Amino acid sequence: MDAKKHIKTVTGRILKETAEKGGCGGCRASCQSACKTSCTVANQSCEKQQNS
Amino acid sequence: MKNSKIHKFAKDGGYFIIDPPSGSAHISDKLAFDMLGELEPPLPENTPERVYGIFGGFSVSEIDECYGELYGLYKGGALFSGDGDCRRYAEAVSAAPLKALCLHVSHDCNLRCGYCFAGTGGYGGERTLMSPETAAESIDFLVRNSGERTLLEADFFGGEPLMAWETVTAAVDYARSREEEWGKRFKFTITTNGLLLDDEKIDYINREMCNCVLSLDGREETNDRIRKTLSGGGSYGAVTPKFQKLVKNRNKPGFTDYYVRGTFTAYNLDFSEDATEMARLGFRNISIEPVTAPDDRPYAIKREHIPRVFEEYDRLYSIIKNGERDINFFHFNVDLKGGPCVIRRLRGCGCGGEYAAVTPEGELYPCHRFIGAKEWRSGNVSRNGLSREKRDYFAKTHIYSKTGCADCWARFYCSGGCNALSYERYGDARATDGESVECRLMKKRLECAIALNAV
Repeated sequence: MDAKKHIKTVTGRILKETAEKGGCGGCRASCQSACKTSCTVANQSCEKQQNS
Repeated sequence: MKNSKIHKFAKDGGYFIIDPPSGSAHISDKLAFDMLGELEPPLPENTPERVYGIFGGFSVSEIDECYGELYGLYKGGALFSGDGDCRRYAEAVSAAPLKALCLHVSHDCNLRCGYCFAGTGGYGGERTLMSPETAAESIDFLVRNSGERTLLEADFFGGEPLMAWETVTAAVDYARSREEEWGKRFKFTITTNGLLLDDEKIDYINREMCNCVLSLDGREETNDRIRKTLSGGGSYGAVTPKFQKLVKNRNKPGFTDYYVRGTFTAYNLDFSEDATEMARLGFRNISIEPVTAPDDRPYAIKREHIPRVFEEYDRLYSIIKNGERDINFFHFNVDLKGGPCVIRRLRGCGCGGEYAAVTPEGELYPCHRFIGAKEWRSGNVSRNGLSREKRDYFAKTHIYSKTGCADCWARFYCSGGCNALSYERYGDARATDGESVECRLMKKRLECAIALNAV
């Protein structure tokens, strides 16, 4: 429980920590999702997380 | 200090703070929001003297309390964290094995859309279809170059892929028949304008394609102004009922993903109306993207349109947030608590390395958007692999080697954007300026996405 009064953390996940376990490439190629013209990556999901 | 900037924005009465390299997201009150604007790392343990003067309307204890919370996050690596080892990871990453192919089974199209980036199907060349044999060779090529990967993707694209339906089914059936032997699993997707859809194709797509992208621009007048048939008529009436039928019957577990994907242009800057119309038609998963076109085209989105487009994104945000329509808008999705790892975020789409496109003749390109630019031809599926030189080039194309990205707050969200678009715009796949129309719209969409998903 975040007891702070002025600033609430939505996610404190340290992205850099994912470097140790990441890079498997199991996630979907972003251009196969919907865009084909304007690449966004952060809206993709992690295959490992989905299956864990 | 470079790369340790945070990003903060106010939206809809909320105050949002992002620390890009750590992936941390926070919601604050106005005092903390304003105080952060006055702070630069490294932060001292105690409240800097000048802060009391700036926020004179608050008590000393309140200022200390607020500063203490910010300092705690700073010490914990959730504010002003800096990119740290990310640059080293980016330099160390080498070309990855192939994961996905975009199969251009048709360089022909049965529509003549005014904004088509593919030269209305031919990509500046002959109108041709891929043979089933070349499709099978492409599948073999993907497997041969996929290393230890077990999950592979192939997207049927064009032109209009349903014009090469025999090739589509041959490729799927061939891959499925050998999945077990290869120890691989295929995910297929298809992007279609829907004109040739019938019950048989709908059943097949809903059985075999884990995702499908259905091209429709929204309202009938929007769609038919630019998405025209060969005879010059509108396509809305012919395709909409087919898309509705496909989506209604799309219920096989693991095969329910779809997006109805539209393009907005200078002709429909009120594109939230198009999203609303799509929702009214029964489509929930919607993507409406800005047209990519040179400024001299009458339909191009130009700098002068940016404020109007921002207003429209805000309208769409409100429609979704207030529950006026049940819409899953592709570009308002962001997984703040998960999503791709940092390695993935350094290089974006993976074009030219783990992702490539194949022409009907089996020629390889870094991605579908590079096709037609002969200088980017990277090999052939039947003769040789992807050019080592180009694979290495794209392996080293990341947020730190693209100009304009290294200091941008959105770098770990858009991952440098589309390399093909950079090449089209600037003649350099590694060029961006952060203030281009595309970059500014991307950042606006991300703010909407963060605000929607943070609360």
